[in-house]
Amino acid sequence: MLEIRDLYASINGKEILKGINLTVNPGEIHALMGQNGAGKSTLSNVLVGNPAYEVTSGTVMFNGKNLLEMSPEDRAHEGLFLSFQHPVEIPGVSMVNFMRAAINAKRKYHQQEPMSAADFLKMMREKRKVVELDSKLANRSVNEGFSGGEKKRNEIFQMAMLEPTLSILDETDSGLDVDALRIVAEGFNKLRTPETSALVITHYQRLLDYLKPDVVHVLMNGRIVKTGGPELAMEIENKGFDWIKEEID
Amino acid sequence: MKSEQQYIDIFTDCRGMIDQHSGGALNTLRDEAFASFARLGFPTGKVERYKYTDVPAAFEPDYGLNFKRLEFPVNPYEAFRCDVPNLSTSLYFVVNDSFYDKALPAVTLPEGVIVCSLKEAATKHADKVTDYYGKAANVSGDALTALNTMFAQDGLFVYVPRKVVVERPIQVVNISRSDVDLMVNRRVLVVMEEGAQARLLFCDHTVDEHRFLTTQVVEVFAKENAHLELYELEETHVKNTRFSNVYIHQERDSVVSHYGITLHNGTTRNLTDVVMKGENATTNLYGLVIADKQQKVDNNTLIDHAAEYSMSNQLYKYVLDEKSQGAFAGRILVRQGAQHTVSNERNANLCATKEARMFTQPMLEIYADDVKCSHGATVGQMDEQALFYMRQRGISLDEARMLLKFAFAGEVVEAIGLEALRDRLRHLIEKRFRGELGRCSGCAVCG
Repeated sequence: MLEIRDLYASINGKEILKGINLTVNPGEIHALMGQNGAGKSTLSNVLVGNPAYEVTSGTVMFNGKNLLEMSPEDRAHEGLFLSFQHPVEIPGVSMVNFMRAAINAKRKYHQQEPMSAADFLKMMREKRKVVELDSKLANRSVNEGFSGGEKKRNEIFQMAMLEPTLSILDETDSGLDVDALRIVAEGFNKLRTPETSALVITHYQRLLDYLKPDVVHVLMNGRIVKTGGPELAMEIENKGFDWIKEEID
Repeated sequence: MKSEQQYIDIFTDCRGMIDQHSGGALNTLRDEAFASFARLGFPTGKVERYKYTDVPAAFEPDYGLNFKRLEFPVNPYEAFRCDVPNLSTSLYFVVNDSFYDKALPAVTLPEGVIVCSLKEAATKHADKVTDYYGKAANVSGDALTALNTMFAQDGLFVYVPRKVVVERPIQVVNISRSDVDLMVNRRVLVVMEEGAQARLLFCDHTVDEHRFLTTQVVEVFAKENAHLELYELEETHVKNTRFSNVYIHQERDSVVSHYGITLHNGTTRNLTDVVMKGENATTNLYGLVIADKQQKVDNNTLIDHAAEYSMSNQLYKYVLDEKSQGAFAGRILVRQGAQHTVSNERNANLCATKEARMFTQPMLEIYADDVKCSHGATVGQMDEQALFYMRQRGISLDEARMLLKFAFAGEVVEAIGLEALRDRLRHLIEKRFRGELGRCSGCAVCG
């Protein structure tokens, strides 16, 4: 599904990713762990095509297509979704208009007719339940005045609406209390199918307790330095990252 | 005095003809206006209130003037198709500066309410017109008001008697229509007697490709406890130049809300002067500007708090794209003795490109010591993070930009009292941002 080969990327001339290799197969959940500044968020931003980041070399294939040549919106249409670490507030743009624009853009890309207003609202109602998102929030401006937890729930709600095949969760667990984490994680699990995959960026084990990753990677200084099973995450939770650093040195 | 001279000459040569095709109070003020125009000349960039619009250049080209009041063939219903659905109005047309009496609305206005040609009113309702004409407009201090007063032959007269409430909004469509490049000098007089209530909607359209230069002077008198909502919607083409001076006099307890919306234009300069003469009066000024290409829009306001307990709100928002240029200068004057004044002024601007320019100058001048006033301005760019967030959800860059601009403009739209107009404006603004309103359905050139 996703094949990253020798990916190098920089921001403002500073090289952050220094040769990433990563393959995600359909149905797999990969966890990406690492200390601050290791390049985790850079990788997610590069994958979704944030224009602030520059890819200097390497390839990324997504379902057989060259991802790096696509616009951010086309990557989304092809099934890529990013749950933002810091969801953006957009005052004056209602959630309804925002989601309708997104859904209809995707339908247009796949040569489908726009969704009727009634069908769309019905879909909104159903998908809201996945993350127990209040109908009042759905009627407000995008993320405006949402609490930290509401913003993250709103991300998973959007994921439910757009039905991506590969979701990147960028520290979706940060800033969540225990209940909110459970709602978000359970919401995510409800959306899983044998064909959908995820790349989960996190510092903590507790999200992974819910999501049960198949593969765990450790990112350090722009490279994946260690890959293992779920037990690797547990080990990091207990011992931190220093032992891996020592292992490499 | 280069561009002034041609207007001085025209006036001197054509004075007889101008008078002949006008009447009453309109003619009696011309000498005073002429003397003042000859003295002032066109304001240059050194004149504070005109520094953002090049007035002499706007008046330099050779425009035709229709002093003989020859009729240009026009079918206003055909020319004007941008109606406001679901908004039931009493609809009138003014073609150039002539009140169009061949298409009067079937509905009858409440007793005593007058909506008619100003020229006609100057003789038929001479007492009413004489009492007010030129009394609010600054003929001696503003060259453009002086020029308009020199040349104006007709326009519109609206009169609402004491305690009469006009439920149905009065809509006046100003159509610019000509076979040559044309200068139009339109005059509007609105008198709201004590306790009167009305809503007026002016829509300006150009319906053929000629250049137009329009000067407009609107005088509004709101007597004690009168309520007026005045909407001005400009939807003209890029070869149109508009100079509009609106003067509002408010007595005690009156409420006047003015909405100036520039949807599409060429060069526009709007002046709005309010004098709050009686205590406890309320003024709301709202402005929305949407400009791209090389369009220019300059709004200049003065709110003169001359009595106690008066309240004013101003909100002007500009969305400037491509190489457009906007200007806002708003001066609030709180006079000595105007205690307990509450005044807020805000100007917020979105420059969508690096080439778009905005000049803003909120001003507050306070001579009383027990008042609550605020003023401020912001100029911002498109929020790149918001744009990317939307693109990640599959929304194209163009659509994302449209949504942001629409959201920015929304604050002014939501302040509009007429619900049907609000809905219509949302639709028009969206079309405008999508580039589908390069022209209104009647206009021939824009692009």
